[in-house]
Amino acid sequence: MNRVAGLLGRQREASLAAVMVVLGAFVATQAPQFLSASNLSQVTVLASIIAIAAVGEAMVVITRNVDLSVESTIGLVAFLVANALKTHALSTPEAMAAGIGLGLLLGMINGVLVAGFHVPAIVATLGTLSIYRGVDFLLAGGHQVTLGDLPPGYTDPAIASVFGIPLFVLIAIAVVGTTAVVLRQTRFGRQVYAVGSNPVAAATAGIRSGLVVFVVFALCGLLAGLAGVLWGIEFGTINATAANGLVLQVIAAVVVGGVAIFGGSGTVVGAALGALFLALISNALILLDLSQFWLQAIFGGVILAAVSADAALLRRLQRTMAENRSR
Amino acid sequence: MISPTPPIASVIPSVSPEAAIPLRTELRDISKRFGATQAVDSVSLDLRSGEVHALVGENGAGKSTLVKVLAGIYAPDSGSIFLDGQRMVIRGPANARQLGIAVVHQEPSLFPDLSVAENVFLGHQPSGRFGSIAWGSMRTAARRLFEELDVRLDVASPVRGLSMADQQLVEIAKALSVEARVLILDEPTASLSAHEVDRLFAIARQARERGVAVLFVNHRLEEVFELSDRVTVLRDGRRVITADTSDLTTADLVRHMVGRDVTMFPKVATTAGEVLLEARDLTRSDAFMNVSFSVRAGEILGFAGLVGAGRTEIARVLFGIDRADSGEIRLAGQPVRFDSPAAALSNGVAYVPEDRHQEGLVLDFSIASNVSLPILPRLFPRLFVHRETERRLAADYAERLSVRSTGVDQLVGALSGGNQQKVLIAKWLATKPRVLILDEPTRGIDIGAKAEVHRIIADLAASGLAIILISSELPEVLAMSDRILVMHEGRITAELARADATEEQVMFAATGQQAHGDRPTAPVPTVD
Repeated sequence: MNRVAGLLGRQREASLAAVMVVLGAFVATQAPQFLSASNLSQVTVLASIIAIAAVGEAMVVITRNVDLSVESTIGLVAFLVANALKTHALSTPEAMAAGIGLGLLLGMINGVLVAGFHVPAIVATLGTLSIYRGVDFLLAGGHQVTLGDLPPGYTDPAIASVFGIPLFVLIAIAVVGTTAVVLRQTRFGRQVYAVGSNPVAAATAGIRSGLVVFVVFALCGLLAGLAGVLWGIEFGTINATAANGLVLQVIAAVVVGGVAIFGGSGTVVGAALGALFLALISNALILLDLSQFWLQAIFGGVILAAVSADAALLRRLQRTMAENRSR
Repeated sequence: MISPTPPIASVIPSVSPEAAIPLRTELRDISKRFGATQAVDSVSLDLRSGEVHALVGENGAGKSTLVKVLAGIYAPDSGSIFLDGQRMVIRGPANARQLGIAVVHQEPSLFPDLSVAENVFLGHQPSGRFGSIAWGSMRTAARRLFEELDVRLDVASPVRGLSMADQQLVEIAKALSVEARVLILDEPTASLSAHEVDRLFAIARQARERGVAVLFVNHRLEEVFELSDRVTVLRDGRRVITADTSDLTTADLVRHMVGRDVTMFPKVATTAGEVLLEARDLTRSDAFMNVSFSVRAGEILGFAGLVGAGRTEIARVLFGIDRADSGEIRLAGQPVRFDSPAAALSNGVAYVPEDRHQEGLVLDFSIASNVSLPILPRLFPRLFVHRETERRLAADYAERLSVRSTGVDQLVGALSGGNQQKVLIAKWLATKPRVLILDEPTRGIDIGAKAEVHRIIADLAASGLAIILISSELPEVLAMSDRILVMHEGRITAELARADATEEQVMFAATGQQAHGDRPTAPVPTVD
């Protein structure tokens, strides 16, 4: 019984990894350029940015909430950092730190709305999704910051690598690793899962769930801020629509990665693997020369398959539990 | 002295002799089982046209289950239902309504955002052209219905915001909006004022005159005597007796309702120490009024009463989940005011809630993680969780409470009800409380596990904890408690010492009758 539950938890990570290996092998036979260093690095760098945002989103979803505003945070941070560098208002390290700080602030606003004013998360962050993006438009107007406006070498980290591993991938691994340890090994992590799994029991156990939810939103904003900084480095050219629509990919990564959409279970490792998996799929579809339509449809199909598999597994688990109980 | 009013004859002279009354509805040998609990055990009940038939019994006697079988909500495991001699299978609530079985449920289950009229006619709206809803005639019909009931309600306004009593009246109108052959009133008077109860009774009598069979489920015995022609008593899922109400006295009814075998619980001998927890004039509106009591170290204070008497509400205030409007709580002599469970916990008050799954346990956490949840900050002051410490702690409590599992890493959701209950108790014991409040600690667990939980409670008291035991099972309260407080509708109606308490007395006080506190053996007077 215990093993079944453990499997359900870890299974998603393992099966995602297995599917990725099979998929990669298949694509490699059909389109050899898939395995080229430049392609792999491009895929994993993009996946890393989404994975970082997905880690924050996963924590929020585990507490039975959702943050729709991450893409606006990424876009706004990316633009403001680039703009500060263009106008020489801040030095490069200052601008990056300010960008991450801004993400934290935006996340805290979400946290206050949800935990302090009890606005349902989907409504609160739908609001801030628009507001943060609106601020972005207001400040950027029709302008954009181009590569030439940025300090020389600013975008180099996007192609840098250490021992052959892209720098962004290492950053993502560090973020995922740290967060995984926080969730698994700390009091706070335990409280995150308790609040998501059974809020009433958590409150009865003396856990201040409002505080937990606030912190989780703040962290999600912080990671979105980091993703925004990386986004600016990766693309170089930033306008007010940067990262538009990205939240769907972030949430898809979380769900495909096995985080229960109704909270209480899932891991950030799963969410990060989900991001990588989705990036691989879209890369594969492009290499295999499939049309944009197929890309969208297969994307959606993968999400549905993952969630249906979750539902089926959960039902089986609950049945097993019920049978055990009635013995 | 309670003298039951002899009902029927004076009120409705036109009741025909028994032989002429057709048997309209008959339940034959109905059984229904939930997990380990045999909720209803081979119960037969016949409802005659033009009678009010009362169904009484303690909490858990099987009344609600039986009602739900008749209302098509539960399918019986065995037994059959006959309508006018025809064997019927009721295939759900809608089907029951088609067959003329109308139910007024205990808790109004209305749609708050729909109007009164829409709620009344939900599912059988009068239709106009092309099957659209005929709003005009629906409102008119609803208005006429409320006029008949002599109730002034705006049928176009939404149900949200109506008082409990008005909602109950909407439920009644809903039940009467279909031509009913059987009208089931499931504890309908709980939230009604005296005037509204009168009106409800008038409605029930009208229905009886029209030939409807009225099944009246109730705790309040005086109302049973006032309204019913016949009465059936259930106990532990079995039918004890069906008789003409006029042939019975209150004392008879109470005796039939209680009287179970009490020997299954261990008696405990404890020496009470100092007063640990004391409540003075505690009041919370709509929940309880002027409640005062104290509990000593080593003492088990039992709270008896029917569901909804306000006992859980008191526990929630003591534990800091809700706040009292007025009154005082003292802990070891010091006045305290808990504004969160965390505050209560750090002062040594623990609460084992009634609902294991909703409030008590995190089902997809392991035993170890559940046990450590309330004491994470105490156990791990340095941020990081040390699993081995946690597992050792949990294993220690699991052993003391003999939790049967594959180990402390097992998920709580996979345990049996009795073992879940033990984990729940372990979780609160790990907080090292001085005062332990147990709310229905043995509900829904099997007899073996029950006895173990009782042993645990007795041991805890012996070790010096002050224990408040809330239980709706009379034998349990009687066997376990040193003192018993009986509550009825938010007030303490009796305080009984262990030696003096009998099931009859507790049931008298719990149903709002006068307690015969000075008569330990309760030879309740008969009126004949």
